[in-house]
Amino acid sequence: MTVTESSVWVDVCPLEAIVPERGVAALVDGAQVAVFRLRSDELLAIANCDPFSGAHVLSRGLVGSVGDRVTLASPIYKQRFDLRTGSCLDDDAVSVAVYEARIADGLVQLRAT
Amino acid sequence: MGTGAHATQRRLVVVGNGMVSHKLLELLAARGAHDSWDVVAFGDERRPAYDRVHLSSFFDGGSADGLLLGDVDGATIHTGEEVVAVDRDRATVRTNLGREVRYDALVLATGSVPFVPPVPGKDAEGCFVYRTIDDLESIAAFAAGCRTGAVVGGGLLGLEAANALLQLGLETHVVEFAPRLMPVQVDDVGGAVLRRHVEALGVAIHTGCQTTQIVVGDRGQVSGMAFADGEQVEVDLVVFSAGIRPRDSLAAAAGLEIGERGGVVVDERCQTGDPRIFAIGECAHVAGRTWGLVAPGYQMARVVADRLCGGDATFGGSDLSTKLKLLGVEVASFGDAFGAGDEASEDVSFHDPIAGVYRRLVVDAASRQIIGGILVGDASQYDALASMARGDLSTPADIAPLAAPVGAAGAAAPMGVEALAGGASICSCNGITKDDICGAIATNELRDPGSVKKCTGAGTGCGGCMPMVTQLLGIELANAGIEVPNHLCEHFAYSRQDLFDLIRVESITSFAELLERHGQGLGCEICKPAVASILASTGNGYILDGEQAALQDTNDHFLANLQRDGTYSVVPRVPGGEITPDQLITLGQVAKDFGLYTKITGGQRIDLFGARVEQLPAIWGRLIDVGMESGHAYGKALRTVKSCVGRTWCRYGVQDSTGMAVQLELRYRGLRAPHKLKLAVSGCVRECAEAQGKDVGVIATEKGWNLFVAGNGGARPQHAVLFATDIDDEALVRYIDRFLMYYIRTADRLERTATWFNKLDGGLEQLRRVIVDDALGICDQLDAEMARHVDTYQCEWKATLESPERLARFRTFVNSDEPDPTIVFVSERGQPRPVREDERALL
Ligand code: SRM
Ligand SMILES: Cc1cc2nc3c(=O)[nH]c(=O)nc-3n(C[C@H](O)[C@H](O)[C@H](O)COP(=O)(O)OP(=O)(O)OC[C@H]3O[C@@H](n4cnc5c(N)ncnc54)[C@H](O)[C@@H]3O)c2cc1C
Ligand code: SF4
Ligand code: FES
Repeated sequence: MTVTESSVWVDVCPLEAIVPERGVAALVDGAQVAVFRLRSDELLAIANCDPFSGAHVLSRGLVGSVGDRVTLASPIYKQRFDLRTGSCLDDDAVSVAVYEARIADGLVQLRAT
Repeated sequence: MGTGAHATQRRLVVVGNGMVSHKLLELLAARGAHDSWDVVAFGDERRPAYDRVHLSSFFDGGSADGLLLGDVDGATIHTGEEVVAVDRDRATVRTNLGREVRYDALVLATGSVPFVPPVPGKDAEGCFVYRTIDDLESIAAFAAGCRTGAVVGGGLLGLEAANALLQLGLETHVVEFAPRLMPVQVDDVGGAVLRRHVEALGVAIHTGCQTTQIVVGDRGQVSGMAFADGEQVEVDLVVFSAGIRPRDSLAAAAGLEIGERGGVVVDERCQTGDPRIFAIGECAHVAGRTWGLVAPGYQMARVVADRLCGGDATFGGSDLSTKLKLLGVEVASFGDAFGAGDEASEDVSFHDPIAGVYRRLVVDAASRQIIGGILVGDASQYDALASMARGDLSTPADIAPLAAPVGAAGAAAPMGVEALAGGASICSCNGITKDDICGAIATNELRDPGSVKKCTGAGTGCGGCMPMVTQLLGIELANAGIEVPNHLCEHFAYSRQDLFDLIRVESITSFAELLERHGQGLGCEICKPAVASILASTGNGYILDGEQAALQDTNDHFLANLQRDGTYSVVPRVPGGEITPDQLITLGQVAKDFGLYTKITGGQRIDLFGARVEQLPAIWGRLIDVGMESGHAYGKALRTVKSCVGRTWCRYGVQDSTGMAVQLELRYRGLRAPHKLKLAVSGCVRECAEAQGKDVGVIATEKGWNLFVAGNGGARPQHAVLFATDIDDEALVRYIDRFLMYYIRTADRLERTATWFNKLDGGLEQLRRVIVDDALGICDQLDAEMARHVDTYQCEWKATLESPERLARFRTFVNSDEPDPTIVFVSERGQPRPVREDERALL
């Protein structure tokens, strides 16, 4: 793993390490990031901390959709977050940080935005 | 709630703040009467008006607050204040707090008081009545120290009180003076059928029995009861429920006329001899009698509200039809239930003592119209039959099939609300007709029963009309071509049962395939686990291979239960609660080595808490080595089969209950279902395993087993119903197999067996027909599905440990071996627990 400043892309794992439609947690510069792989192999990433429980578990939630928004339901109390914008669909006042993710040479890479 | 009185306002004083008073205040508010009336109400209970009809729900998990009827606009309500005198000359009332209030109009809505027969000892400590929330709170508090209880009175309220005592865990007696239960509503045969049902629940019934004395112990508390025939029983608590008497003493003292058998006499305007004074509800004597139900009371409230607003409504009597579910038994009586005083009537009746069903229809000999009837054990035809008795629906030419059981050859198909005339009353509590409801559905585009209730008010009284309201809504929507959404979610326009059938019939094996053929979008946290559960029930493979891994909730995904701090709990199976010393030692050693918190669960097994994701495989490796296996605490699957020690050790046991519990637990372990499943087996009627609160309960008898189904603990406890008696091992297992598989096929997502059963058309009878008589011809399929489950079961944890790929997911970070640094424990009572947020700051 090459850890540098967060403005730089960081290698996280091979793409195959993530089951399609599920997520994994990664440590990036001390921050916990939840990365999800869609069936289309698009990658989406948000902070791993569930703002409603304080537990670092969003990577273990279920991916889904509401209309054309791609969502993630927290495994603790089931609130849904928009995986592209980080906003919570069930509580306007809450949102989570969004990270950039991409595939480079078969590797999943993350960058904080 | 107070309002400033304008100069032009007159004052209305309402005495009593019960259900009928509340209805009056609501109606006045709805009609905007507060411009002309300054309304002041007094209630002597601590709480403002609440739903007395559903008082007993206090005992099944309801709360006192949940019963409150809510605020009304524009009225001043004084609670905890009793009106003690009415001065008609000065037109004032005086309260126990010395307050004096002048009135222009006075409404008495003082309800009734329970009648307590004048037997010696009736005031001893441990004697109660059953009328107010305070009464129930006192009963619950006192019952904590009691073993047995008795209800004096086997009428409708008496049986409700008996149910409450059962729920409080007391050995329960019911003492009734008349020769049968519910003498007012049912006849001898109906009473006998009802009695058999109630006795099966373990209630001791004494009919034709007069209580002559409450025996008082040396500390002044109840210790027993003596009867006229010389019998005595030992009891620790007594509830009197021997009828009610109108609360009319205030009116009597004010010189108003009182009926021969009590009640404030009023005319059809609900007006007393003093034109400024009205009486409504249970305290009123109108149309020749008093009325002990809420619907007529509401009708009187409507009459008075209308009069106060200048209208001319009248009360001409009311329908006393009732349909109830008492101790799980449906009982209904409607119209002229006994054909009383009418020589020109005939009876058509049906009685199945084995199934516990009785139907009696009273038919007018001349017109051949049904004029009344009694239903015990199955009241599913009540709505249609009561409508016929009211004249809202005409009686078909062939009457006999109406009495035969639903679904039997030659029985009439259940008659729907379609057949009712537009003016027919649907909600008799609130006087709402079919036309009112259909109109509201169309005008306000109502789509679910809740909004129909909110918009029309139907169903806000006794609630008994809600099945008809729901049916009517379904028909109206279907007629209007509007799809009734019982869809699982936005991704599938199907119910769970539809999806189950599609998957089974089309042999679909993946979510992607199902989504492509029948759905849209990506799926979500609702449909994915639901489909995963169906795939598990129909296919029975390892639940985490291939794309199924992406469907499972986190608990199933990691084969452990997620806790609030992101750690997991580990619950190995302990079949029937039987555990070897070596297994206990290993559990203790594992907990020590991994720093886990240990607790005995409410389900007779041991839970280890605080395991991090990456520790789970190592922990399970150790447990599997000593012969333990997954307990599926994480899945919507079989949880535990609770047992007692039974005949092997216990001096009362009549069968090997532990052995049977182990056998059942091993048979159904890993069975995935719409919701979790809990079973129990008790070795005798003392029921130490609490089988009657389980999805499937088995109680040993001298001759074999009694099988109970569809019980529930948890949020809405429900007593299981007796499905079969004295059956042998083989029949027991066969019936349970079929019951579970039928439930798995047809229930909605996250619906426990109790909820599913309550919605099942035809109820217990229908269930017996499907499972015992194979009425649907599906028993072979159900048996085969269960056989496949039993044959292909594997321990998910064992299967996981055997495969490096499956183990790969058990790490906290995909790019680091560090544990989650935010998981921190502190010690409490010698064991670890998650740090609280306020403590975290200090660390
Ligand atoms: C551990 C335990 C409490 C304890 O410390 O004793 C427990 C713990 C939980 N119960 Fe329970 N229940 C436990 C016995 C019970 C019982 C008693 C029993 O089984 O005899 C009941 C009432 C009986 C019943 O279910 O009919 C019970 C009724 C519930 C309910 C309400 C179900 C209902 O139908 O109303 C829930 C919520 C749900 O499932 O939707 C629930 C849900 C839960 C969950 C899964 C809540 C959650 O999602 O985190 C808890 C997590 C368990 C864990 O992390 O390991 N638990 N729970 C008990 C585990 C028993 C076992 O060995 O498997
Ligand atoms: C357990 C139970 C189950 C029932 N089930 C059903 C059912 O299934 N269907 C059905 O139709 N009916 C049922 N009923 C009956 C129903 O509750 C009553 O018909 C209804 O509550 C009558 O309303 P009410 O306003 O006339 O009397 P209440 O609701 O009794 O209200 C009268 C109120 O006035 C107060 N009060 C009396 N005198 C004074 C005074 N001087 N000053 C101040 N306050 C005073 C009383 O304390 C009481 O709070 C049931 C009753 C009980 C107890
Ligand atoms: S249920 Fe019966 S056999 Fe079982 S322990 Fe209790 S008394 Fe003994
Ligand atoms: S009939 Fe009682 S609420 Fe409708």
